[in-house]
Amino acid sequence: MSKNWPLWEVFVRSKNGLEHRHCGSLHAADEDMALENARDVYTRRSEGVSIWVVESKNITASNPENNGEMFEPAHDKVYRHPTFYDLPDEVKHM
Amino acid sequence: MKQNLYKYILGIADNSLILGQRLGELTGHGPSLETDIACTNISLDFFGQVRSYYQYAAKIAGDKRTEDDIAMLRKEREYVNVLLVEQPNTNFAYTIARQFLFDVYHFLFLTELEKSKDLTLSAIATKSLKEVSYHQRFSTDWLKRLGDGTAESKEKMQEAIDGLWTYTDELFHQTEADKAMVLEGIGVDVTKLKEAYYKKVDEVLSEATLETPESKWFQKGGKQGIHTEHLGYLLSDLQYMQRTYPNMEW
Repeated sequence: MSKNWPLWEVFVRSKNGLEHRHCGSLHAADEDMALENARDVYTRRSEGVSIWVVESKNITASNPENNGEMFEPAHDKVYRHPTFYDLPDEVKHM
Repeated sequence: MKQNLYKYILGIADNSLILGQRLGELTGHGPSLETDIACTNISLDFFGQVRSYYQYAAKIAGDKRTEDDIAMLRKEREYVNVLLVEQPNTNFAYTIARQFLFDVYHFLFLTELEKSKDLTLSAIATKSLKEVSYHQRFSTDWLKRLGDGTAESKEKMQEAIDGLWTYTDELFHQTEADKAMVLEGIGVDVTKLKEAYYKKVDEVLSEATLETPESKWFQKGGKQGIHTEHLGYLLSDLQYMQRTYPNMEW
């Protein structure tokens, strides 16, 4: 049965103020069923206060084969991290 | 001991216990991973509710029996659940039909029980209502989906509704304990829920493009402990551990 249902990606916000995070995927016939299934599969231990579902086919993903050109150029550019500043002692939580 | 109150609590709790056990049978056997988890979630909601009821019943009974003794160690004839909830998971359409026909009742019932003079029952009702609202949403959505789905799903859904229809009227029967509790302002007068129930059921069925059965011949007996042949098998599963290893605990 679920073989015929499309795949959906589920994003759950665990608390107000935090962002929605991808937590997994599931099968469902349409968006209503996807939302209910997400509620049952991913929030049964009080994980969330809000759910987004999006059909997986609507997500454009990078190709792992291109990881070299996509991500490696950033590896030797440590100066892009904001770690070269002297922070005053009064500034906490940085 | 308040005999009528004790019986009244069992009348509510046994419905949830037996339906919870039926849904629990689907663990690992649901038609898909997602519906499997949904059915077992609902089952766990019911078990949560029955713990509150049986704990209260044990307190009322005031003897040595615990909530577990009351839930697990009665004989078949001592269970007073309605016949509807003990009907088997013949196929997913039956599971949904049974759930829907019970959820509509359960929601109406708890909405009234919330107004009970008995504060414990009222509190359990308030807590359960959120869960039951979701149960009703789940079963209603599936009923519409299957009723208004393919020719095959429609046929199966209609067959399940027709098959279980005969068990609906019993929901609105009153036992002597029920009547006594209504007089005391503790119990719900279920006879007054009947009209709203059939109206709601009829609305959803027509939305699901299904026929409301016209049969006026109804089964009864569960509330008096006279059950269909299915309950005995269910209880032998439910009670196996406690009967085989008395007093065992996790």
